[in-house]
Formats: sequence, C-alpha cells, structure tokens
Amino acid sequence: MAEFFQLYVAPVAWIIGGILAITVPLLLGVAYLTFAERKVIGWIQLRRGPNVVGPFGLLQPIADGLKLFLKETVIPASANRIVFVLAPMITFILALIAWAVIPFGEGLVLADINVGVLYLFAISSLGVYGIIMAGWASNSKYAFLGALRSAAQMVSYEVSIGFVIITVLLAVGSLNLSDIVMAQNGGILHWHFLPLLPMFIVFFISALAETNRAPFDLPEAEAELVSGYNVEYSSMTFAMFFLGEYANMILMSGMTVVLFLGGWLPPFDMHPFTIIPGPIWFVLKIMAVLFLFLWVRATFPRYRYDQLMRLGWKVFLPLSLVFVVLTAGFLLVFDLLPVAGGGK
Amino acid sequence: MTDLLKEYVPIVIFLAIATGMAAAMLLASYIVARQKPDSEKLSAYECGFEAFDDARSQFDVRFYLVAILFIIFDLEVAFLFPWAVALGDIGVFGFWSMILFLGILTVGFIYEWRKGALEWE
Repeated sequence: MAEFFQLYVAPVAWIIGGILAITVPLLLGVAYLTFAERKVIGWIQLRRGPNVVGPFGLLQPIADGLKLFLKETVIPASANRIVFVLAPMITFILALIAWAVIPFGEGLVLADINVGVLYLFAISSLGVYGIIMAGWASNSKYAFLGALRSAAQMVSYEVSIGFVIITVLLAVGSLNLSDIVMAQNGGILHWHFLPLLPMFIVFFISALAETNRAPFDLPEAEAELVSGYNVEYSSMTFAMFFLGEYANMILMSGMTVVLFLGGWLPPFDMHPFTIIPGPIWFVLKIMAVLFLFLWVRATFPRYRYDQLMRLGWKVFLPLSLVFVVLTAGFLLVFDLLPVAGGGK
Repeated sequence: MTDLLKEYVPIVIFLAIATGMAAAMLLASYIVARQKPDSEKLSAYECGFEAFDDARSQFDVRFYLVAILFIIFDLEVAFLFPWAVALGDIGVFGFWSMILFLGILTVGFIYEWRKGALEWE
C-alpha cells in the first residue's frame, strides 16, 4: 500500500498541483488581460476605461464573467447541437493544455518533453478546429463566413510561423523549450531576437494574425460580419471562446519570449538582475509583449482581406523561407552549428 | 513508470482536467441560469430576416486553394524540423539535399503565384 502510494499517488498529486498552479494564474491573467486591454486602449484614446466596479474598476472582469455565467445558453434550432457545444470546449481546452510544455524557470516545467516545440506547433494548429466547427455547426451565414475567413487566415500565417521556428531551431539544435532558453544564456545580447531580428518581427506580426488580433481581426469584423464565427454563441459557450482567444494571446507572447527574448533569463547577467527569480522575469517579459499586442490594436486600422492574404503568402512566406536557407548556410559556413549531444 | 511515460503523463492529466473544467463550466451555467427558449430566439441571426436558405451553401473556391497550399507548406515545415535539429551532424551534404527539396517546392510556389492562385481582389 505504501509502495503504491509512493509510486503512483504522490507523483500524480504533485502533477495535479502543478496543473492548478498553471491554470488558476492563467485564467486570472486572462481576466485581467481583458481589463488591461480596456484600460490601455482607454488611456491611448484619452478615455478612462472601466472605473466603476471596485477600486479603479479592478472588479470589472469578475463582474463580466459573472454576467456571462448567469446568461441563458442559446443553442439555435438549426444548429448541430453536439458540435456546437464541443467547439468552444475544444478552443478552451487547447488553449490550456499548450501550457504544459512552457518552461517558467529552470526546471519549472510541467512536462519537459524533448519535442516541446513540435507539441506547441501541433496544439496551435489544432486551434483551427474549434473555429471551423463553431462556424459550421452554427448553421448561420455570418458564422460560416467568419469561420472560413478565420481558418484561412490562421493556416496562412502558421506556415511562416513554422519557418521562423525553424530558424531558431537551427541556432539551438534542440526541440526542447528549456534548451532553447538556455541557448540564450548570457544577457540581452545573446537573445535570439538580435541575430534573427527580421524573423522576430515576422513572428510577432504572424502571432497577431494567428490569434485574430487587430489589425488582422477580420474574422470578427463587427461592421460586416457582426462577430464572425461566434455570432450564435451566448453565455458560457461564448465566454469559452473569449477565454480561449485571450489565453492563446498569452501563449503566443510566451512563445515569443521563449524563442526570442530569453525566456526566464534576466536581461543582464550581473548582480542586481540575477536576484529576481526566473519566473518573475518570464512574466514581466510576457506582459511587455502583451502590451505591444494592445498598443498595436489601439494604433492600426484593420487590414483588408486581400492585403492580409498578400502579406501572408507573398511577403512573409518567401521572406521566412529565404531566411531559413540563409541562416542554415551562414551557420554551416562559419561552423557555428550545434552538434548532437550538446542538446538533450 | 518508464521515463517516456513520466514525460507525457502530465499532459494526459492536464487534458483530462481541462476537459473536466470546460464541461463543468458549461454545465454549471446551464443549470444556474434560467433557460427560456422560444422559436425567435432559437433562429439563426440574419439581421432580423427569416433565414433565406441553408447557410451551408457554396463558398469561394480560393479557400480550398489556401487549404491545399497550407498542407504542402506545413508538410515542408514538418520535414524541416528534424533537418534543422540535425544539421550540425549531416553537414554540407544534408544542407544541399534540403536545398534541392526546397528548390522543387519553390518552383511549384512560383507557378502558383504566376497562375494567380494567391490573388484576392
């Protein structure tokens, strides 16, 4: 009995604790990201943003969540009921489980798998399913068109995201996310965003498109599609899409930080900076990238659909493809490639 | 537990917990909130009109083209992953092999571009 406990129960309890330690702060983070978004855009537009519920409006996201929770769950009569309910669940679940491989600090990762990057890439590809299913199951024209647009947009930019990740992998020689962070050890000058600056920019803009954020928020274009693929959704089913989308935003910021901005490493490898623990640096960097997301939304007008596809297929795809070849050639010629055994 | 299992078990447990959470949230809201459906509320939104016809009708063929292009290039990326990690070991020969492969795909890409498969007006 004691052996059974030691072998199975204790490690599983430990894992569940870890999962809760990721999920609860993540959901709180999502709630306060929506709050931060409204505040930041408010300030940029010389408004105050939400300031009524609680001190400085700090309870606003809680009130919003509670309101959605208490609304009626409307499932349209013409909809395909099972798929209709499954779609938001898939979006939400995928947005959560992607976090299993993100390293928050040295050794602070739930599942330290060898193919972490591949896992993240696969999970973010699956995200399209939630949207396609929602659009098809709703059996509504707006939802259908929104889902088509959204899916086409997401897959277009995913290709360039893939190529950008390849350039980072070339420099690191490992698919393990902790290895990718440790390869950037030694201060801000060793982070990947400097040698791979064009790819960093391509990655950031693709991340905006991948998460359907402004200026690429065509799937939700309020003026023409009312709300895109989630028109027919209400109550918690809608809230799940909302949570999933914002969790994906945080995830993409996390990926940006891990791949290009040195993960949990401090910007300067010297005394006052190294006292602050890694997870705090990680969260600070994620917040900085998220602020860029919000800033972009408040600054740029929405793209047209043809411009969006042109940028994805005719600019980013060739650019990132050429950069993969250039990076590989450069590393090969100057003999800088990492050799197996160096990684995991 | 074997090492492989140890690495992936947290993901499986996470999947189970996330699914449970999602289901619980939907179910709790469904039970707590007052459900009062009527036929108008349950009809698909179409700017106040009755729905003219089924929404699952024809749509632009270019979405298919994008999907097919995506499959090709995503497979290409999938091939590049192991290549990128192992390039230090396979060296110059590995590099030129992949360049040949990318070259063939690029020819196809240029053909699609010239054919106008990437045009949206």
